[in-house]
Amino acid sequence: MIDRDQVLHVARLARLRLTDEEVERMTGELSTILDHIEKISELDLDDVAPTSHVVAMENVLRPDEPRPSLPREGALGQAPDTDGVGFRVPSPGA
Amino acid sequence: MGAAPVADALAERAYEPVIGLEIHVQLSTRTKMFCGCELSFGEQPNTRTCPVCLGLPGTLPVTNAEAVHFGLMIGMALGCEPAPRSIFHRKNYFYPDLPKGYQISQYDIPLARDGRLGDIRIHRVHLEEDAAKLVHAGASGRIHGAEASAVDFNRGGTPLVEIVTEPDVRSAAQAAEWLRLLRVTLRQLGVSDVNMEEGSLRCDANVSIRPAGEATLGTKTELKNMNSFRFLERGVNAEVARQEELLREGGAVTQETLHFDPRTGALSPLRSKEEAHDYRYFPEPDLVPIAPTEEMLERARSALPELPAQRAERLESDMGLVPDTARLLAFRSDLGDFFERAAAARVGDDSKAIANWIVGELVANIGDADPADTKLEPESLAALVGMVREGTVAGSAAKDVLTTLVAEGGDPAEIVEAENLGAAGGDELARVVDQAMADQADAVEKIRAGNDKATGAVMGAVMRATEGRADGAEVQRLIRERL
Ligand SMILES: [Zn+2]
Repeated sequence: MIDRDQVLHVARLARLRLTDEEVERMTGELSTILDHIEKISELDLDDVAPTSHVVAMENVLRPDEPRPSLPREGALGQAPDTDGVGFRVPSPGA
Repeated sequence: MGAAPVADALAERAYEPVIGLEIHVQLSTRTKMFCGCELSFGEQPNTRTCPVCLGLPGTLPVTNAEAVHFGLMIGMALGCEPAPRSIFHRKNYFYPDLPKGYQISQYDIPLARDGRLGDIRIHRVHLEEDAAKLVHAGASGRIHGAEASAVDFNRGGTPLVEIVTEPDVRSAAQAAEWLRLLRVTLRQLGVSDVNMEEGSLRCDANVSIRPAGEATLGTKTELKNMNSFRFLERGVNAEVARQEELLREGGAVTQETLHFDPRTGALSPLRSKEEAHDYRYFPEPDLVPIAPTEEMLERARSALPELPAQRAERLESDMGLVPDTARLLAFRSDLGDFFERAAAARVGDDSKAIANWIVGELVANIGDADPADTKLEPESLAALVGMVREGTVAGSAAKDVLTTLVAEGGDPAEIVEAENLGAAGGDELARVVDQAMADQADAVEKIRAGNDKATGAVMGAVMRATEGRADGAEVQRLIRERL
């Protein structure tokens, strides 16, 4: 079971602003998910390695060879705010 | 009643610092960790970016093979065991220097773990990507009334290796000394520029104190980004002093991250990135595990050069150098290489003398420069040291010859000849000693009466007459012969 405070904590970490109804709904939905996980935890899985990846591949590596970067106008083109040189953002400390 | 003795006991208690270091090393690969953008060396902001390192939706990272290779080399050089299979995790937090909202790092299964460098154990070595650079714009404008910053993503995605030590360090001086050993080791590996001022080597310190002799650990604080050996030492000393004062006053240390201001020496808490320590790590689904093949391990193993700590040991045991000289030559590989070439060219048993000339006179002459970049040849140095041993040139004159060799090169024997720097000897020296003893008759009387110190007056006269070219021991012998 997950409570309202935990939902608000997770929402804050994810920078989400939830309405009261959404908090209500999320509390229910997240609890259902956790219940499901708890159900699985009832199984004896001591000898089973945790699954970190679902594809059976390893060592997909790229040679250390440069590829062209974007022109600056291209990089900045989709930003909501720039000074023509950098991406403008509110100062984190402000 | 009762309170005062407790306070006294607190005030008198001796504390022991317990320090662990976390070091970030920017790897000197050509391209970034997960994309083909070239690494940046002062290019115009945001000219080394692509959809991957800008974190645009729909893009996929692909790991740089060379970064893995360098990571394995570092792990092996630090005596770690490479993990048979390691995975990347997402470290989630929001900050403008992190375009994806997470940093790709490693968490519970790092690339390598459990090693040792010098007397400090290594906890782990893992791969990750660097954040972008946040430039505080100041005058360049405000956003919605708040101050604005500008983000430069050139650095974002640069390959990093993070090295975490066990809390084995017991003083600020030891921390700085060990970091020097680590830096010279990484430099020898050729995997990084290891420049602290430019940020390619960055050091954080976890500091706690405990009553001396106790095994439990106190509450630790984290000191961030001390960008020189001196700042590391000063920062740790300041923090240890601050914690001691707190405990002596009966207070408690709070776990926090501190910033050391080198100008004022003050420590101030970093503005807390709200709930920043709740990183919600989970396996990076876009990257498959790294399981080093025997071929990858062998390639890393065979790329390891002789490391400074090993070289110092060899110079001590095989060449008979004293520890300080051996360390100096091993830690400055340019001096060490020059020494080994000169020692190979020597005629007699001059290795120790050559080493002393290098760490003494030569370094005094050329400072931080590489001796291989001067006109001095290792063979000439070996020849010069041999001439000093044979007594054909006096030590003081040999220093002048060395200066000439460094600036102009040439053959030491010819320089001695041309500049008349050869040790005075034979009939010439005998005549000079005769004359000096005649001039210093009073002193000679005193010597005859058993006053050995009076020899100095005769010696001085001989040195003046020969302009320092006489060998002291030979002059002593000639004086005794004539008494
Ligand atoms: Zn890129």
